[in-house]
Amino acid sequence: MEFDLSPLWISLKTASTATVVTIIVGIALARWMVFGRDLGKGRGKDLVDVLVILPMVLPPTVVGFILLLIFGKNGLVGQLLYQLGTTIVFSWSATVITATVVALPLMYRTTRGAFEQIDSSSIDAARVLGASDWYIFFRIILPLSLPGIGAGVILSFARALGEFGATLMLAGNIPGKTQTIPLAIFLAVESGEMNKAFLWVGIVLFISIAAILALNYWTRIQNRFNNVNKGI
Amino acid sequence: MELIVDIYKELKDFKLNINLNIGKETLGFLGASGSGKSMTLRCIAGLVKPDKGRIVLNGRVLFDSEKRINLPVQERNVGLLFQNYALFANLTVKENISFGLRNLPKREQEFKVKKKMEMMGLMALQDRYPRQISGGEQQRTALARTLVTEPDCLLLDEPFSALDNHIRSQLEKELLDTLADFKGAVVFVTHNLKECYRVSNKIMIIDRGKIVSYGTRDQVFIDPQTVKAARLTGCRNISRMEPVISGKIRAIDWGCDLEIKNNYIEGATHLGIREHQIKLVEESNLPNTYPCWVAQVTETPFTVILDLKLQEQAKEANDGLLQVIIPKDKYGGIKKKPFPWFAQLKPEHIFYLKDSV
Repeated sequence: MEFDLSPLWISLKTASTATVVTIIVGIALARWMVFGRDLGKGRGKDLVDVLVILPMVLPPTVVGFILLLIFGKNGLVGQLLYQLGTTIVFSWSATVITATVVALPLMYRTTRGAFEQIDSSSIDAARVLGASDWYIFFRIILPLSLPGIGAGVILSFARALGEFGATLMLAGNIPGKTQTIPLAIFLAVESGEMNKAFLWVGIVLFISIAAILALNYWTRIQNRFNNVNKGI
Repeated sequence: MELIVDIYKELKDFKLNINLNIGKETLGFLGASGSGKSMTLRCIAGLVKPDKGRIVLNGRVLFDSEKRINLPVQERNVGLLFQNYALFANLTVKENISFGLRNLPKREQEFKVKKKMEMMGLMALQDRYPRQISGGEQQRTALARTLVTEPDCLLLDEPFSALDNHIRSQLEKELLDTLADFKGAVVFVTHNLKECYRVSNKIMIIDRGKIVSYGTRDQVFIDPQTVKAARLTGCRNISRMEPVISGKIRAIDWGCDLEIKNNYIEGATHLGIREHQIKLVEESNLPNTYPCWVAQVTETPFTVILDLKLQEQAKEANDGLLQVIIPKDKYGGIKKKPFPWFAQLKPEHIFYLKDSV
């Protein structure tokens, strides 16, 4: 059996890139949502919240369809990029974009939850002690939220790794270019190559179980600030 | 060294209207929960913006609605001790205490923090995290964190409410020592009467955002002025009143006519007397002495609270309208005697009260 490992590398590269983008955007969004000032007349936050969460509840094909509308030849962003001589559809960037869009809600929700858990009097105390908002964010809020943020990172990575439907629509299934593991499994099963499918399923199971273990380990070491009975 | 506060703010349930002026002394700020005490502290600290008014600290204007001055929290140099201490859970005791000094050079920071930790007995705990130390130690850490920044005034929001009773009195002594060294105004919020009396020089009592009594601590307890202040200072005996022809004052709810020696307050509507100042006596011909019957007895570890009905026998347990508190050993002797007993409300112990502010 000829076994091409490229889907593994493409998947890892895509999921890692998407996770990095997700971490930055997710934390920034959550910070604005919990501690920031609202835009306009108090509707800004609600609107952004709905837009970010939406990909989590929509069918992946719908997400893919909407992304095609935006990044396609006639789409707003698509046309702009076409003028610049590049195109997103059926490229590796497309796998990153879809993975980011579906993973962001997980990162954003868990981070936001972690921020909301922080005792507001700690933040007030820091302000009374003369600390600026950014200093408080990096010195107090972020460290205290690490358990939640870590969980968000691992969930986002797993979600980005498993993305199938929207990726197929926007990035297609080009071996060596946009074919990720989930797409490779689909193709293998469709063409009756069950051994290949088994192998890929095994690899995905391995990565997923490792992610769960990492998540548990992370939670255990990070909860040391909040758990009264355990020593450091 | 003084703190002048004159603020107005509309809250959801009531309007907050506070006016105070204190020097280097401790103001006890007394009121039921939700009466606006903490909100006032938050306004002074700058965490909340009042609708109108002025806040001046040692001559520095922190807030002035007319001149549109509203100094940011970070620049007010006010010390605020939170009810739950609000320690930073991710920082050690030492890191917590140095938090407010982060802009000083390292060496100066080290020096000040070390000195403060030595003073407050925290040296041995410096590398522990807040969750690893006791409630009392957390309070000391929070106090050290505030004091090390040398604030111009100190605001304490119910500092003992999160602690067990047996360590409260010890920490109260420590706090009194600390406050004695502090060079500035102190506002101490509490809803515990005795604590308030012990710690403060002046007392302000507020109810639903309004000042109902304000003065030195003895003034406020001996002559509370208003019905609300009397209740909040723990006075259980309050009766409506009307003058009668004999020159005495009739206490409508207690059912007796009384001679009163205290000064009349313009517009007085009620009378009050504290439960430990009513005496059970042998003779019936003393001033303000009336026959009484017991309606209900409530025992506490060392005292007994009697609900008395004057002039006639009580029909039910809640019929007694005058509460008397006596030591338990004394009660043992009294309770053998047949009714009626005689209760004396000494003319110098009865005070006039106004219904509203």
